[in-house]
This record gives sequence, C-alpha cells and structure tokens, in this order.
Amino acid sequence: MGTQYDIVVIGGGVVGSAVARELSRYQLKICVLEKELDVCNGVSGRNTGLLHSGILHEKNLLRTECCMEGNAEFEQVASELDVPFKRCGKLIVGFGEEEKKRLEGLYQRGLENEIPGIKMIDHDEIKSLDPNIDGDFAIYVPSAGILCPFTYTIALAENAVENGAEYYFDHEVTGVEKDEEGLFHISTNGGEFVTRWVVNCAGLYAFRISEMLGFEAYVPNRIKGEYEILDKKAGNFLSMPVYPTPNESGAFDVHVTPTIDGNVLVGPTIETIGTKIDYAVTQKMIDVLVEQGSRMFSRMNRDYYIRNYVGVFPTIEDPETHKEMDFQIQTKESAPHAVNLVCINSPGLTSALPLARRVVEKVKAQEELTANEKFNPIRKGIVKFADQDEEGKQRLIEQDPDYGEIYCRCECVTRAEVKQALHNVLGVSTISGVKYRTRASMGRCQGGYCETRLTQMVQEELGKQKEEILLNKNGAYMFTGEVK
Amino acid sequence: MQKRDVVIIGGGPAGLAAAAELKKRGVDDILIIEREKQLGGILRQCIHDGFGLTRFGQTLSGPEYSQRFIDQVKEMQIEVLTNATVIDLTDDKIVTADTRDGLLQVQARAIILTMGCRERTRGALAIPGQRPSGIYNAGVAQSYMNLYNTMVGKEIIIMGSGDIGLIMARRMTLEGAHVKAVFEVLPYPSGLPRNIEQCLNDYNIPLYLSHSVINIKGDTRIEGVTVAEVGPDMKPIPGTEKDFTCDTLVLSVGLIPENELSLAAGVTLDGRTKGAFVDENFQTDVPGVFAAGNVLHVHDLVDFVSLEAEALAAGVNEYLNSDEVAPCDIEIETDRNIGHIIPQKVSGEKNFRMSMRVRKPMGRCKIIVSQGDNTVKSTIVPNAIPAEMIQFDVAADKIMSNEKIEVSVYEQ
Repeated sequence: MGTQYDIVVIGGGVVGSAVARELSRYQLKICVLEKELDVCNGVSGRNTGLLHSGILHEKNLLRTECCMEGNAEFEQVASELDVPFKRCGKLIVGFGEEEKKRLEGLYQRGLENEIPGIKMIDHDEIKSLDPNIDGDFAIYVPSAGILCPFTYTIALAENAVENGAEYYFDHEVTGVEKDEEGLFHISTNGGEFVTRWVVNCAGLYAFRISEMLGFEAYVPNRIKGEYEILDKKAGNFLSMPVYPTPNESGAFDVHVTPTIDGNVLVGPTIETIGTKIDYAVTQKMIDVLVEQGSRMFSRMNRDYYIRNYVGVFPTIEDPETHKEMDFQIQTKESAPHAVNLVCINSPGLTSALPLARRVVEKVKAQEELTANEKFNPIRKGIVKFADQDEEGKQRLIEQDPDYGEIYCRCECVTRAEVKQALHNVLGVSTISGVKYRTRASMGRCQGGYCETRLTQMVQEELGKQKEEILLNKNGAYMFTGEVK
Repeated sequence: MQKRDVVIIGGGPAGLAAAAELKKRGVDDILIIEREKQLGGILRQCIHDGFGLTRFGQTLSGPEYSQRFIDQVKEMQIEVLTNATVIDLTDDKIVTADTRDGLLQVQARAIILTMGCRERTRGALAIPGQRPSGIYNAGVAQSYMNLYNTMVGKEIIIMGSGDIGLIMARRMTLEGAHVKAVFEVLPYPSGLPRNIEQCLNDYNIPLYLSHSVINIKGDTRIEGVTVAEVGPDMKPIPGTEKDFTCDTLVLSVGLIPENELSLAAGVTLDGRTKGAFVDENFQTDVPGVFAAGNVLHVHDLVDFVSLEAEALAAGVNEYLNSDEVAPCDIEIETDRNIGHIIPQKVSGEKNFRMSMRVRKPMGRCKIIVSQGDNTVKSTIVPNAIPAEMIQFDVAADKIMSNEKIEVSVYEQ
C-alpha cells in the first residue's frame, strides 16, 4: 500500500484549492485529486470573475454569509496571495417605473443583508461614476470587485503546495470504499489513494462523489451561461460591472463586466440544461448576447470580439421548496470523516476561503488539529512585465534578459514569464496552463503570434515531443508530428 | 536617449524596401527594428513561389524575394535591430523597444510604420461550437509547417478562401494530409484566381461558395464541423446543414492591419482599411509618422507592398528636409462599389498612385476619378474582383481645385 493521507480533497477548483490551502495550516498530509490537467478547469474558470457583495441572495443563506465574509477580507487575501483585484463597485441599473419598483425590492434586501455602502442613485450620479453607463437610476454597490479566477485558483493551489499539500492531476475518482479501520480507499485512473478524511469539492461532479461517500444522490439541474469577451479597447469604456434590473422571475439578463486585466465580459445568458454538461457556444445565444449586451454597453461591437466561452453551474433544486438549494457543507454520523460540499456555484469564487474555513471547522469538530508552524500564507506570482513602469521593466531585463523578449505581443508577455509558467510548482504542462498563468495568447490575435513560441518552449523546457503537447486536456493534442 | 532621423518599425518587405529606398535618396540615419530574430517578416514562412513577377520580372519564393532586400539593406549598411519588439510609440515619435539588452528608447524625427497585419480569428468571427484543439489560422499552420517542421493535422477542412488558406490547402496536400474541402461564405472566392487554379483545382480540392462553418464539434481534438449554405443575407439556410469529419480546421478568413502602435501614437484609422488615413506621401494624421504595406491596407501581392514602401520613401525624405510635407487638403471619396482607397487625401501638387479594391466582382468596368464636372482620370479595368487590388496613376496637372475628389466604378 502506498502513502496514507490524512485528508484527500476531491476537485482542484477554487474551493478545493482553498480547502487544501486552509488545511495546510495544520500538520496534515493532504492531497488534491483533480481529473483535469490543471486547476480551475470547471466551474471555477468559467464565470464572470466577480467579487460578489452579497446583495444577490437572501439573508440567512450560507451562500450570502460566506460571500460577505469573503468579500470583506479580500484585500488581505489578495495581498497574501499576490492576486490582482480591484474593488471597483457595481451598478444595477433600471429604466422606468416598473423597474424602479423591482430595484427598490432588491435595494431593501441589500439593506437587510447589511451590504456596506449601498446607495440608490439617480441618472446624474450614474453619469458621474461612469459617463459610459446609462440608466434612470441604479443601486450602487461599492463593495463589489473584480479578479481573475484563474490567477486566484492557481494562487491558492500554489500556496497549498508550498505549504506541503500535493496535487495529482489526471486523477479521476471512480469509486470510494471504506475499510474496517475506517480508512477511505479512493480509486482513480491513476491508482488508489488511502486516506482518513475525504472532502468533496468536485463542483459539477460533486453529486456523483456525494453518492460515493454515502451522502444523498442528488440529481443535478445545471445552468449553462454563454459569454463574449471583448478587446481591451472596449475595456477603456467600462469602469465597473453593470447589471440590468432583475426580470420578473428575479433572474438577471446579460450583464457587462470589466475584467481585472482590462477586457469586457458580456454575459452570461442563462439556460437550464438539466443533467448534461455542454460547453458549446451557440448562434442563438450569441445573438442574445449581442441584443442584450448592446443595451448595457454601447461598445458591444463586432470589431472588439475576442472569444466566446461557456460556463456551466451545478445547481440542484430543493425537492421540497423547488427553489435552488443553498451551498451545502454536509457531514453525517453514518459517514464520519467525510465532508460533502454540494451545490457550490455563484458566489463560489468569493466564498471559497470562507467555505474552506468551515470545512476545517467540520474536521476540528471530530479531531484536534496541530498547527503547522511552518505555514506561510504568502505566495508570490510571476512578475508581469506588462504591469511594470519603465524602470521596473529595465530592472527585470537586467535581472533576466528573457524579460527582453516579447513572446505574446497583444498582452506584452515575455519569454521569462512563459518559462516561469512552464516550471510552475503544480507541474502543469498544457498550453492553456501557460495561458492562464501568463495571459499569453489571450489577446486579440489569439495566439497568432505567440502560439508557435509557446509550443516550442514546451518542447525545449519540458523535453516534450511534438505529439505530446496538449492544448488543455488528454486527447486535445496540438500536432500529429513532424512534417514528413 | 538615442536620436535617429528615421525609425522603421518592422523588417518585413515594406520596412526593408522603405529603408533601401531612403538610403538611395541620401538618408543615412536609419534604424530598422524587427521583433523576429531574422529580417523578412511573413515572407520567411512563404516558401511557395509566385513572388516578384511585378517587382523583379521573375518568380521567386518568399524567402528569395525578401533576401534580395535583406542583401541590399546589408550592403547599404543600414542598421538593423532584430529580436526587439516595439512596445510603445508616442505622438512625439519616441519609440520604446524591449530587447535582451534592456529597454531601448529612441527619439526619431520620422517614424515608418511597417508592422504588417494579423489574421482574423475564430473568436473575432464568433463561430459557434465547442473549443477543441486543432483549429488553426492558416498563417499559424504555415508557420508551424514551414518554420517549425511541425504537422498540425491530417484530415483538413478549410474555412475561408483567403490566399493563405489556398496556399495551405496545397502545402498540406503535398505533405500527405487530406484536404477535404474549402468553404467560402461569399458567393465568390476571396483569394486570387491563380491560387484557386494552382492550389485547389490542380489537386481536386472542392471549393464550396456561399457556405459557412456554423458549428465546431469535439470535446478534446476537433472531430468535425457542420457546414451550411448561406443566403444573400449571409445567414445559414435551414435544411442545408451538412456534417464533415476532420481533425483540423484551418481558418483563412481575412487579415487585419496590426495598428496597435499606430493607435498608441494617436494615428487615426480608417474603418474601411483598418489602417491609417494617409496622404499621397503615406503620412498619417500624426506629422512625421508614415505607413505603408499591409499595416496600411491589406495587399494582394508583396510586389505592391515593396513598391508602395518605395513610394513612401520620397515623402519621408521630403519631410526630413523641411520638417513637413505639402499640405494635403483634398479629400478623396468613393462610391459604394469601392471597399477602400489609398490615399484618402492629396495635395493636388504631385502625381500619385491610387490603390483600391472593389466590394464585389464587377467584371469589366470603368473607373472615373472626378472633381465636380472635371474628369481627373478615367480608366478601364478588364476584370475587377475584390481579391485583386486595382492601382493606377493620377496626374497632378489634372487636379484643378481643392474641391474633393470622387472615385466611382461603373460596370461596362
């Protein structure tokens, strides 16, 4: 039998990585099992990148509680983990009397939830915040912010690894057995893992793990959302996220959000897709994005299109109330040493660390944990050439001449950054992995200039053959080999 | 900070031709900044022939064509900085480049923009479907095959009939891949007739006009596409959908002049060309900043890129001698048959060459350049198609006033 772990976390998304990081504060042998080849490949990487305020859900929900806690602490988190983030605020705008009534309802909820600093503002005040945003009135939510979900999840995972946790990619959990001593035997396509504790952070697949662990067998009722990413040129015209007034059923139509890197996201559209997982962009929803997006943002222009993507959210309908279930952190006596997180969707990014702390509490409720004296909450990211002033750029090139070679022209990413990304502590070697760590190929030419360089670097730095280079997952090969 | 008379951004065919011509005209203080490790620009990967018929009267491969200019630039001892990427350009003509030796800043008296163009991507077109690997822009596939000796796939579908896509259809076939079909959304080819003949017809590769890829399938590597016929409104016609399996989708759906630095310098762009507004000297609306080649408007043949850059040198020389060029206040307007035109403004004092493209195939047609009732120029084009650039010279002595010049195309 191989290594025995104290805790295995299933799922390397933002929540699983936050759980691993928070658990690494204690003397525990931890590993994270992730079926994909990198962190942040499911729900965590396919969303709007918002630091939510807590106004969107009712008080007394775990999701609201975690969201507000996560929102309030994010300056500290961002500085510990070197995650760019901006508390830019957010506007929920409305036009006409009908929408005013609905917005006032939402505003009341904001007051009840005690969302810091929220205000009802009029047209002139909207214009003074951002002349490009339009509305007769709006709720201004100053505590909302934006961050890059990839950077944040990678930062949590790297900090967990730096503090002793292990990550196993390409390890899909296929079954869980419990032996007589109460140890879990987790089967994966990469072998068996033996552990005293299991935490289910499997996101879209959490319902499946839930059943394996002896918790309820939920039926997912997933939601698909399509997005359009706009050029940074459009980003100059949007300073904060803008939401329309929720429609009569309480859902939001397409909204527009600036990203921390300066692009604009338009979306998501909302479509219930039941039990399937579907990442395909559709013409129907592209048309919806254009129609509704243009209402929110006058620069919703074809010339600014960079890329589309789809997010899928794991929602579960509560069988009694028929409403969406709240975040679940479950333990039960018949399944000791298992913590089951299900229905973690929005605002999961904002709530990841608060959820992780609650997981730690569940563990502590059953056993005493000893602090890891060597735990260091500080993680440093790759120093970005593009973010530096002239002196800073000069200094970087002096330290490492690879900073003097631009590989990605659109995002101004250098060879030095690509090299560091390829030697990441998680051991990720996909082209998407480099992209998420550096932004290389995320610009308007979509890798037209840099992709040849990135794939060449994977060969040079990691000693891979052409056929072994993967875009993002097993089977997603880039090349068939040499030219004759 | 270094000071230079001329900084040329981009050492491809346009930049090299401009440099050599400037030197011939007596300008000595020139610096070419090139981001690649070698000069030559996109021609480095264009190993097929067909270059140089107009400029040199013989057919050359891309590398051979560019080598002629590289040799000239070397002989003339024009200074070249390679592996250096310009990351900023200001309206007072300060160039900042990232190099392994540090950040280089140069104050130039004149700037020549010759950065070329980039390819339109899947994202820019918002093609629906999944996002598997195996989707390549034609130029990227060309770079992989010809510069990195890397094969991108075996069962190929090509979307768009741009010239690079056609060239790649042939290249991939010769390397053992099976090119199943080329789909073009327009009712006519985007590429040159000779490429349709030599790259598709000669290899029995079918070209479907008025067809578009409307869905991409594949969870990991691309597995297939859905193609549909499109109507006159460019929308797919329901019921015409067909599925094709493939392991590679090559996109050849247009080129966009790469003007990020031009914008940084405050240069105004023309929505039609996506390049700068220029006068007959190829000066942009920022004094002392000039542009030529594919950064200005996408050309059909590199020969015309070189010729345009050589013509630009005269204007730059004039600017260096007197810190200005003659004011160009006469605007040039076009009718709806014309997609774009260069230059957009002239002085009326100099002969100049007009470059334009028609929006749709028009067959034999007459182009009339007029100023009010005065016909400045009238010329017959035997077969006007969007794939081919139309060029003709306009004599200054026919321009009678500062009134705007109108250009119209009439089918004959």
